[in-house]
Amino acid sequence: MTTVFEKPKRFISEKMHYCPGCTHGTAHRLVAEVIEELGMNDRAVGVAPVGCSVFAYNYLDYDMYQAAHGRAPAVATGAKRVHPDNLVFTYQGDGDLASIGAAEIVHAAARGENITAIFINNAIYGMTGGQMAPTTLVGQSTTTSPYGRDASLCGHPIRVSEMLATLDGAAYIERVSLHDVPNINKAKRAIKKAFQTQIDKKGFSMVELLSTCGTNWGKSPIEAIEWLKSDMIPQYPLGVYKEVD
Amino acid sequence: MSKVLMKGNEAIAEAAIKAGCKFFFGYPITPQNQIPEYMSKRMPQVGGTFLQAESEVAAINMVYGASGAGARVMTSSSSPGISLKQEGISYIACAELPCVIVNIVRSGPGLGGILPSQADYFQSVKGGGHGDYRLIVYAPASVQEAADLVMESFEVSDYYRVPAMILGDGMIGQMMEPVEFKAPKKRNLPPKVWAATGWDGKSRKKAIINSLYIQAEEMSAVCNRLDGVYKQIAKNETLYEEYMMDDAQICIVAYGTTSRICKNAITTARDNGIKVGLIRPITVWPYPTDVIKKAASKVDHFLAIEMSMGQMVEDVRLAVNGEKPVSFYGTTGGVVPTPEGIYDEIKKIAEGK
Amino acid sequence: MEKVKILDDVCKGCGLCTTVCPKKIMVLSKDRINAKGYSPVEIIDMDACISCAACAKMCPDAVLSIYK
Repeated sequence: MTTVFEKPKRFISEKMHYCPGCTHGTAHRLVAEVIEELGMNDRAVGVAPVGCSVFAYNYLDYDMYQAAHGRAPAVATGAKRVHPDNLVFTYQGDGDLASIGAAEIVHAAARGENITAIFINNAIYGMTGGQMAPTTLVGQSTTTSPYGRDASLCGHPIRVSEMLATLDGAAYIERVSLHDVPNINKAKRAIKKAFQTQIDKKGFSMVELLSTCGTNWGKSPIEAIEWLKSDMIPQYPLGVYKEVD
Repeated sequence: MSKVLMKGNEAIAEAAIKAGCKFFFGYPITPQNQIPEYMSKRMPQVGGTFLQAESEVAAINMVYGASGAGARVMTSSSSPGISLKQEGISYIACAELPCVIVNIVRSGPGLGGILPSQADYFQSVKGGGHGDYRLIVYAPASVQEAADLVMESFEVSDYYRVPAMILGDGMIGQMMEPVEFKAPKKRNLPPKVWAATGWDGKSRKKAIINSLYIQAEEMSAVCNRLDGVYKQIAKNETLYEEYMMDDAQICIVAYGTTSRICKNAITTARDNGIKVGLIRPITVWPYPTDVIKKAASKVDHFLAIEMSMGQMVEDVRLAVNGEKPVSFYGTTGGVVPTPEGIYDEIKKIAEGK
Repeated sequence: MEKVKILDDVCKGCGLCTTVCPKKIMVLSKDRINAKGYSPVEIIDMDACISCAACAKMCPDAVLSIYK
């Protein structure tokens, strides 16, 4: 028999703490698959955030950092400047990247740092129990917007991919989704293009992966996938937002 | 090696480069701007990397990244910027990453002023950041000493895997004095096998640069192990100067540029028959507690003098432990004490007031 | 060797794989729970499996390995 699908070697997935159906696992696997296919297992260095994926260093078998909340792009900058031939990536949630880390991601992109940001956007703060995120939708109920996000009170969600695409240092930015297999395949291709952008020293790359958080959305895994499709994608259109030659 | 006339900030930067520091991440803030500016010019000349970060917060996290990758790296700032760095410093201390952090202290609290002060003592040696950790804190009193201590701090920091701080002030940063760059005592530094350099999956342990310990027993074990390192540092790395202490009846305790003004006042006092001496901590952590404790059995009175409302005086009181009276004299807000003002305090004590 | 290898005790019973299988041969067990306390996925008709690996790609926990 031939092997059609086995998980990549550097993905340690047997004891992941993520909730059932959480797409973090899928995103981790795609990152590990791409790094393996690019032959960069020995040179990948990841930076884990604060958030549900704080323990990513246990699931991705590369030299890793655990960074302060929001600061992963700055940590990655230090790591990449010391070892420019390593494949340095951050893995961040929406609170980490778009709230406390807004300055760091903007400036890493503006500087054209040859790092890759893997941005998990599930429109909520997972680890801390479901608070509002910069990407929470208007009307979405969270533990700190119990009446539904009120734009007149706390503004509108941030479309990070579009925002960073305005920066000259950003070389490749794509928003993808993990809600079904064709989109998971597209997400993998995007991650591969992003890492290749880094290898080719073209500048900053980011893949924004629309993801689910059934637990804090109050939905089953399958319901969460449906809500991603029906509500998140209209707010966060999929596609390539920046691509330099 | 010949002496050059250099501004303190620039001497600090050059000393770092001479010590093999190849990465500097900083942000502008008065009165230390010459450090990043000098680095921006010199680093490319020596094949190093200078990066002006988007904030002091970003800069300390770039230090975390570069040190975690095994490099010698430095950042600098002044008081409010050092406040911003505290979370990052706590992470660096827990992750046992070597690095040098320079604080050219200005007055505070708040945005404060740009003139010199010593009101960051608590911040530097009593935490600053959260959690059970220490920094090795050097307090130079001259441009030459600043250069020496910067070079020493890279060695010590690498040796113990403890971040080092250079506690300067606006005077040290801005004044020009002759300086000669001398290599420090070389230590037997082990290779940085713990650094995140890329892992082939087999030839060593996977490197995880981390400060998260969810299990209480693990966090406790880390803190206890760090405490063992700090005890070693206290045993081996305490630096101080004793000035005219052989027959002193009054002992001034002062550090940094304040100590130099005190020496002027001591000259006046001695000319007037008052037997006063000075113990000058050069490391404010580890603090020369034993030296002060020993002096307590010989002198009649201690006088702590600082450019603050009284921070280091608490460590003097701890060391003296009630054996003798401890007085405090200070100026703050950017006001620098004068030799006359200090002499008046010495006189008051000598006259039993 | 089977076309689908299932890491029974890793499965969290999320059910996502059951929604993408083109042959509709995957169900969450109704009568047993695994070591984690979840109802793990089971293949009800292995012969019908076409080794497309859609289930494996959808699974967040790398529970499934696919062979042909």
